Amino acid sequence: MKGWFIPAVLLPLWIVTYWNLQKLADFVIDDLLRMTSGKHLTETLRFFIFEVPKVMLLLVLIIFGVGILRSYFTTEKTRAALEGKSLFSGNILASLLGIVTPFCSCSAIPLFLGFVEAGIPIGVTFSFLIAAPMINEVALVLLAGLFGWKVAVIYVATGLIIAILAGWFIGKFKMEKYVADWVFSIKSNQESEEEEEITFYERIQKGYQSVKDIVGKIWIYIVIGIAVGAGAHGYVPEDFLGSLLGKENWYGVPLAILIGIPMYSNAAGIIPIVSVLIEKGVSLGTALAFMMSVIALSLPEIIILKKVLKWQLIATFIGVVAVGIIIVGFIFNYVM
Amino acid sequence: MNYQDLKPIQMDIKVLGTGCAKCKSLEKAISKAVEKTGVNAIVTKVEDIVEIMQFGVMTTPALVVNGKIVVKGVVPSVDELSKLITK
Repeated sequence: MKGWFIPAVLLPLWIVTYWNLQKLADFVIDDLLRMTSGKHLTETLRFFIFEVPKVMLLLVLIIFGVGILRSYFTTEKTRAALEGKSLFSGNILASLLGIVTPFCSCSAIPLFLGFVEAGIPIGVTFSFLIAAPMINEVALVLLAGLFGWKVAVIYVATGLIIAILAGWFIGKFKMEKYVADWVFSIKSNQESEEEEEITFYERIQKGYQSVKDIVGKIWIYIVIGIAVGAGAHGYVPEDFLGSLLGKENWYGVPLAILIGIPMYSNAAGIIPIVSVLIEKGVSLGTALAFMMSVIALSLPEIIILKKVLKWQLIATFIGVVAVGIIIVGFIFNYVM
Repeated sequence: MNYQDLKPIQMDIKVLGTGCAKCKSLEKAISKAVEKTGVNAIVTKVEDIVEIMQFGVMTTPALVVNGKIVVKGVVPSVDELSKLITK
């Protein structure tokens, strides 16, 4: 009872607020502040007052939902599910599990070693390691909020395809020999203890906890991002970057990826930049390619992986993922 | 009777982590919890990945108390940690 009470009150409240945000923003601008509509400053402010709560509401709901969903998954269960899977179906499963298994890129090495120890092929392991950071619920919400659900769905689908195919490719090339030799000699002497079942009430608590953790950390980036997006509108020439990274230039996508690799940011930090890029004439495919390369290929992570992988495998990993992102960028530019 | 035998056994607490931000906050939190509860414990940090893997954890940071994994992948609050070590 206790566990259901708060969601049962908050959810209807959420729905009512969400569907009346435009009215609320109009009320604040037109009636409370009595600003002249149509003026540049008025409309910028109206956009800001509407967009910030909209994105925040979506974030809270989705992160809450994902927090509950993730409480059903652990890296141990995921590893058990992947043991003994054949290459292609293993890659698909690993990519899907990469989305829902709680994962922090600082755990990339122990996770990699744990998977290798269980005999999971490295191609399958890579599918997991690519999907986990690349497909991110915060990015999903921000893309949906700023560019619509169609773009958000394409982002998830293409991210999955890259993770599946890149992992499959690495598996096909039998790159086990490029894993540092000491890796295979690792044996944990601790039997993994069985997980204790947790109640649904505790899962809801986990949902709240992840909202607190994630939203508490990123809200400021989102407010700044939307403010910059709203403020830049009309002040910086629209085609400022368009000539360099617009649709017409074939090299726009690869260039965006090259710029993105050494940069490292989480999804929340990068999307405001992406929205400004698009605002300034960068095509959607190029901007998304940039975003994916920033969050999926990062120099710090590569340096961490260097401890367990030889450079041939790291180069293949970067190459395969970069090519995948380039293809996605081109498809986006072509379709949209 | 030897009074030495009455001395409480020292608790062995290990923080497993390769040095990420979360690992550092777990180290800080557990030190605070030890201080708060007055438990006789020695806290050590394990940063060597081979040694970490021997505990069989796949998510860092992790906390090992007297050889048993009690926390993995998350940073509990000081209060939760205090409960864990006084149990």
